Amino acid sequence: MKLGLNPQQVLSEALGPSGAMRVTVGIDLGSTTTKSILLDPGGEIVGRGITNSRSNYAVAAAVARQEALTAVRFSMLGRVLDAAGADAVALQQPLSEAFRLQLYLGELDALRDEIAGLLLKPGFAANRAVLAPAADEVLRRMRLSAPALFGPGADRKSDFFRDIAGQAFVKEAEDLASGGQVPFERLVGLYDRAILDVETRIETRDFAELLGIAARQLLPAGPSADWLAAVVAAVGRAPIEEVAFVGTGYGRQTLPFPKETVRSEILCHGRGAHRVFSGTRTVLDIGGQDTKAIQVDSSGVVTSFQMNDRCAAGCGRYLGYIADELNLGLHELGPLALQAKKQTRVNSTCTVFAGAELRERLALGQRREDILAGLHRAIMLRAMSILARSGGIADQFTFTGGVCNNPMAVKVLRELVAQTYGDHITVNTHSSSIYMGALGAAMYALDDHREGRGGILPTFAVAQAA
Amino acid sequence: MSTGHMMADAPSKDAAAPVKDHSQVRQKEMIADHFDKLARAKEDGRKVVYTFVPGNLTELILSLDLLPVLPEINALQSGMRKKSAGYIAEAEKSGHSEDVCTYVKCDIGMMKSGNIGPTGQKLPEPDLLLLSYTGCFTFLKWFELLREEYHCPVVMLHVPYQPDGVITAAMRTYIVDQLEREVIPALEKLAGKTLDRNELSRRLALSAQAEDDLVAVWESAKHSPSPIDGYFGGVYYIGPIFSAFRGSEGAVDYYRELRQECEARVALNLGPMTPDGQLDDQKYRLVVEGPPNWTSFNDFWHMFSKEKAVVVASTYTRVGGLYDSGPDGKGFRHDPARPLETLADYCLGCYTNLGLPSRIDLLERYVRDYKADGFLINSVKSCNSFSAGQLLILREVERRTGVPGGFIESDLVDPRYFGKANIENRVQSFLQMLQARRGRVLQADVRGSQPSAAL
Repeated sequence: MKLGLNPQQVLSEALGPSGAMRVTVGIDLGSTTTKSILLDPGGEIVGRGITNSRSNYAVAAAVARQEALTAVRFSMLGRVLDAAGADAVALQQPLSEAFRLQLYLGELDALRDEIAGLLLKPGFAANRAVLAPAADEVLRRMRLSAPALFGPGADRKSDFFRDIAGQAFVKEAEDLASGGQVPFERLVGLYDRAILDVETRIETRDFAELLGIAARQLLPAGPSADWLAAVVAAVGRAPIEEVAFVGTGYGRQTLPFPKETVRSEILCHGRGAHRVFSGTRTVLDIGGQDTKAIQVDSSGVVTSFQMNDRCAAGCGRYLGYIADELNLGLHELGPLALQAKKQTRVNSTCTVFAGAELRERLALGQRREDILAGLHRAIMLRAMSILARSGGIADQFTFTGGVCNNPMAVKVLRELVAQTYGDHITVNTHSSSIYMGALGAAMYALDDHREGRGGILPTFAVAQAA
Repeated sequence: MSTGHMMADAPSKDAAAPVKDHSQVRQKEMIADHFDKLARAKEDGRKVVYTFVPGNLTELILSLDLLPVLPEINALQSGMRKKSAGYIAEAEKSGHSEDVCTYVKCDIGMMKSGNIGPTGQKLPEPDLLLLSYTGCFTFLKWFELLREEYHCPVVMLHVPYQPDGVITAAMRTYIVDQLEREVIPALEKLAGKTLDRNELSRRLALSAQAEDDLVAVWESAKHSPSPIDGYFGGVYYIGPIFSAFRGSEGAVDYYRELRQECEARVALNLGPMTPDGQLDDQKYRLVVEGPPNWTSFNDFWHMFSKEKAVVVASTYTRVGGLYDSGPDGKGFRHDPARPLETLADYCLGCYTNLGLPSRIDLLERYVRDYKADGFLINSVKSCNSFSAGQLLILREVERRTGVPGGFIESDLVDPRYFGKANIENRVQSFLQMLQARRGRVLQADVRGSQPSAAL
């Protein structure tokens, strides 16, 4: 570790004469998740963030942007650590985890406050004496077990607070309720109510302070710790300037984005996918409630598109609904379906009818895995029809959107594409393709900025949430 | 079959509350007068003929002093007046499937709800159902249903399909024979008098005069900025000529005035009135195929006008007569010298009676002649006559012209099939696609074929 290295100087060199990190912001307000991507002036991705959209797009946009800004600071941190040698670089990952732990603990505090507030309400008068200490105990145990969630090798199924905390809360509440003194349902009910407010709260995050705490936990007091503190302070203070913004996605109409900053998600997804896989000529995006087939030219500009009509059958929500029916997590569906021995023929892509068909087939004794395999096929057949309507696949094909994270969906799609269009077609998928829309939006923002007409994301979100 | 209409009112929720053109006032008066006559028909002893817009024989009906009622127009009016959802529910209650054409169900529901027309007056029952165009199979069934309700005769004119875009002598003779042997005798019997052939010719001459002026109105959109919106505005313009007024002095006066208004706007480089005010600054020129949605007509129009998109030509506004650009490239005109033959040609030339190649040729001509930036298909659930094959049309017109096509889906008068967010998303994406492809220099996004590690 080059303790003589001046972090401020490294940053100044990296930031150039403006002295600020300039970024363009793309936000994709999906029906299920909200994503943001930040690009530097050269078009490189410097930060990204994702959060649940819930029902509040303003908060979701603010949270996703905040996450992406945090990521930008981490990328600055990376530059300084890079300059300081291999042992410094080795600090990056533990610092990031320790930082996440600090965020998590902060949110746990908010959860505690919300629950305390709820318990003051008249409806809880009868149970307050039992619930209040029980909730305190659950939260105390959650704090104690928190570091294990963010340590090396921690396997988090999700990065969303709602999911991580929810799982921990239920586990501790079960444990506590097993003594018979505490009503489990009421306790979990408290969490379910409180989490809505915790999620829609926007905190102003002091990066330098939180990362400072993380850093102090990581290194024992001494010259190395002092140097790291100076690095953290420099990175935390470095100005970040948002020079242009473009918003896209399902929620874009509901936000007071200036008109010139709004782009269709069809354009954004097409462009984002083309940027990541430059040979792309056809894009299939399956999101929470729509399916889009997009044809792009050699520059990533859309030449034709088709999407599902009014009905969201066969989209991500369909899978979410099926997961609920089976009492499974969304991420469990695909792996389970991969274990199918045969594919049950499912006729309906109508979400409601498919639910009925699922129950009927389970009642007939068919295997869950086989039915799930059939459901995945039904969805992808529908997507194939939309693809055909858009002009089919002739060249490189890229699959994006949340459903792309489902391995069974990808497998079925690959098979169908090979059957229909030939096995010479390259099918691209990417573990982060949920970000393609935000990436395209950020690229349009960069275009706008270069043309001197970049719009800026207003700070309405904080004001609205306050 | 979806058809032209006549409007009792201009768009009601216009933000800019424009001063109405005088032609609009005139049209409103014409329509009010017609519905007054219909309301008094029984007491005045006048006979009423229900008929459809495509292939309508209005000159013949008027020559015999009969009064026409157009159920399709009542249906679309009900859609605009937010009555169609209730009427459709009423029809579905009596057993009509969700998949039946919504014009039919709307009409039947209106009938079952007291048959109150768009002006609030009760419509008279039909004395005769005149089915003068069979290119839409649903029309046959529709009048079969009405016959059961009203216990009145149906007279049918069978119109052969025009698969090759050519009207043969045999087709024409086939129709003229039916007119002579069945249609005219049935109408004469109802009217209680013999058809005066000179009167028919006089009315056909009036039709041709109005048609000349209407064509001038359509072609004014070749000017930039276009002085008209040839789709959303166009459905107002076709009101008189596609309904009860073709072959009347009223229609001649209306179209002369409309033409003068358009010419005046051309001279001043003014655009048409839209839900977003007068659209002089036009960013996109579009050609549109397919009928509009009526239940959210203003919302639908607004999606275009707020983006400064103007429609320069549309096929829907030609369903009641292809006066400007027929399959042979020339427009149809009623010819007073060949009265029955000209009526035959008119019935045969309905837009939806043309095969896909003719429709593609027509769209291609519109895209080129009107210098369109894009063309858009609104595919409606109700109407197979329009919707079957539209994706083929889209691809072929794109291929021939190099102008990008767009595709949206809705319905005529069933509000359940108008997904506003979805449609708006598609319209905006389409317009932004046109913008992105209009030669804006995009930054080259050259990356390797490997995925960017940063993402």
